[in-house]
Amino acid sequence: MSIELEQQNELKELRAEVTDWIKHNKPADPGFLLPQTFMEVGSEPVLDFLREWQHKVWSAGYLGMAWPEKYGGRGLSPAHQNLVDAQMKLARVPICFNVIGLGWAGPLILDKGTEYEREKYLKGILNAEDIWCQGFSEPNHGSDLGSIQTRAERDGSDYIINGSKIWTTMGNYAKYMILLARTEAQAERKYNGLSFFLAPMSAEGISTQPIQKLTGEYGFTETFFTDARIPADCIMGEEGQGWRIAMQTLQYERGAEAGAAGGISILSIVMNDLLKMAAKVEREGQPLLKDHVTRDNLVKLLIEEKALHLTDKRLGIPALCADYPNSLSLSGKLRSTEFYRRMRQYAQSLQGTQGSLYVGDDQAVDGGFWQRAYLNNFSTTIGGGTSQVQANIVGEHVLGLPKD
Amino acid sequence: MTRKTNMALAFTDEQSMILESAKGFCSDRSDITAVRSLLSSASGYSADIWAEMVGLGWTGIAIPEQYGGSELGIGSTVPLVESMGRNLLSTPYISTTMASQAILRGGSEEQKAKWLPLVAEGSVGTLALLDNEDWGASATSCQLSADMQLQGTKLLVNDAAVADFFIVSACHNGAQVLVLVEAAQLAEGALGAKVLIDETKRACNINFNGVTLSPEAILPQSEAALRDIKLLGALLTAAESTGSCAAALDLVVAYLTSRIQFGRLIGSYQSLKHPTVDILIGMDSARTLIYHAATVVGDQSLDQDAEIACRMAKAQATEALLYAGDRAIQFHGGMGFTYECDAQLYLRRALWSQHQFGDAQHHRTHLASLLLD
Repeated sequence: MSIELEQQNELKELRAEVTDWIKHNKPADPGFLLPQTFMEVGSEPVLDFLREWQHKVWSAGYLGMAWPEKYGGRGLSPAHQNLVDAQMKLARVPICFNVIGLGWAGPLILDKGTEYEREKYLKGILNAEDIWCQGFSEPNHGSDLGSIQTRAERDGSDYIINGSKIWTTMGNYAKYMILLARTEAQAERKYNGLSFFLAPMSAEGISTQPIQKLTGEYGFTETFFTDARIPADCIMGEEGQGWRIAMQTLQYERGAEAGAAGGISILSIVMNDLLKMAAKVEREGQPLLKDHVTRDNLVKLLIEEKALHLTDKRLGIPALCADYPNSLSLSGKLRSTEFYRRMRQYAQSLQGTQGSLYVGDDQAVDGGFWQRAYLNNFSTTIGGGTSQVQANIVGEHVLGLPKD
Repeated sequence: MTRKTNMALAFTDEQSMILESAKGFCSDRSDITAVRSLLSSASGYSADIWAEMVGLGWTGIAIPEQYGGSELGIGSTVPLVESMGRNLLSTPYISTTMASQAILRGGSEEQKAKWLPLVAEGSVGTLALLDNEDWGASATSCQLSADMQLQGTKLLVNDAAVADFFIVSACHNGAQVLVLVEAAQLAEGALGAKVLIDETKRACNINFNGVTLSPEAILPQSEAALRDIKLLGALLTAAESTGSCAAALDLVVAYLTSRIQFGRLIGSYQSLKHPTVDILIGMDSARTLIYHAATVVGDQSLDQDAEIACRMAKAQATEALLYAGDRAIQFHGGMGFTYECDAQLYLRRALWSQHQFGDAQHHRTHLASLLLD
């Protein structure tokens, strides 16, 4: 039997195995809306639930499948992990919530870390014992990482950290933070003076303040550093390499091929979900799905969704990307996050008077799922560079328009 | 409602070569000066360029080898037509391709053997389908009597004045049929030229009264062919519109990066920059959808996935072009209000393209039945 055929058979068996596993292990309704993303872990019960779930997925051998066995992985191929993730996504199981660990810090440590660091950190990321958070953004600087002000000063065998970070996802639950701080204030280029740390959140002088989101829920913190001492060997790479390492870290989250541990990080909401809702909601005894105006609006969204979902395929065909190169990749965030914003907003608007209800009301359509999804979606049109910043990036770097 | 979505998108090396050579040919032969020089001409196109296109084998691309073509499939005309739209290069290419597709899909062996080689060699054909302003009308008021007399007038027949043959829809024995009418069969004065909003295009109303046909003029598989050509016409119009949309975007970008107002290049203003990005995004969606459609249309009768793809492509592409043309005028300020400014060419193209083979609303109505019921 050829190697390819062998792998094909192996994957086929894995598909059957994981499908069966999901059937027996998908958790029952926990009594609260499942988080759509890892930015919605705002209470202890949600945290405990997700931690238990991720531990269960890992114990079954379905997380970190392409990571080496000695670090808690299974030493299999990215194809194995991708197959499992696809089945999990299809079955709409809860997310693997330790996203900063699984997709950012873990792959970085695996790729660039020392043996000591790999042994210390990797397994805890997979089994959800060690939650990781990310300390890049700062108050008043939005997503302009070049303006980072948090200082890290070398003092003997420690660094002393002073400053604050904002939008720290699960900052109050995390054991470690990937931290970007300024080690050199007078660097010639503002990106050169940054360094990258694997910082223990338990260090004296680090405190967190939960941020209440527009949904009324929690999930982020502001994180304060007041003469916080962390061991000097927490640094990744050398002083001054922080920016480069941070940029590299962003590359891993593109999937198992790129080094990420896997696990689904988003419970996606697609047009099919909206169509199901429109089939349920009635006007004058008729489902909304039969209303002509609604139908036209739904079809407009379906056309947009299709073009969006075909983007990756087109990216694989260089001849169809020659015109305005990088257009599809640089506009990806803008196109997708704005599409989802409008789609979720439309879903709420279709609900009539029930659209005025919210999570917690037993009459709310789908438990208020759409309302909360719409409000939470602003994290994607604002975080990581607002849509307006994205439009500037596309205008300037794809179309060549002048900066203002 | 939970049907599986066809997500095919492929582009062969051959298609890449077609796109590459079409881009070069169209930009070389049809710069904006050449386009403008043809606006007031009678035929609206250059016979020399048409002859070159025939020589390059373009009219035979979707015709099977046994009839003198290169058998690359109708999907391979999409990169060609997009490139033509990109340079506002008007020729009877879309009309002829559609007429030959009607024969290929609905014609008898004799009709194919006679007409397809002629098309590959440069004969011009066109469709005569409309008899009222309603593209969505499924019936036709044009009659073909039992003794094979045609009665009726067809509206807005593209490239009619230069066509060697027409594919005409008519009601015959209670059913709709397609018939092939040769130019020589038309009565004198049968063609009435129309004044079109897009000055790069040409169309006539045609009075078919009194044309007598032989029974062999009927396309045996009319019903299936009629459905297919309406969809393929929508796809090719979408491809042309996508190209024109990209050209309108180029024009806007060129102006925004050269025009200074209030001491700044106007492209630095976000109120102009961001809508220009919206033009790009609309154009990119259209381009993705036309090549998806090009991937799923084959020589066989179009399936439901192909129907969805063609309708989505048309709905997206003409709306994207309309937005681009409209903003192109506005962003050129006072200059945009002049005939001299090229922006009007794209807006006029948009206003014309909208109503070719059904407007966006028409296609969305059909998509609603296909996707929501």
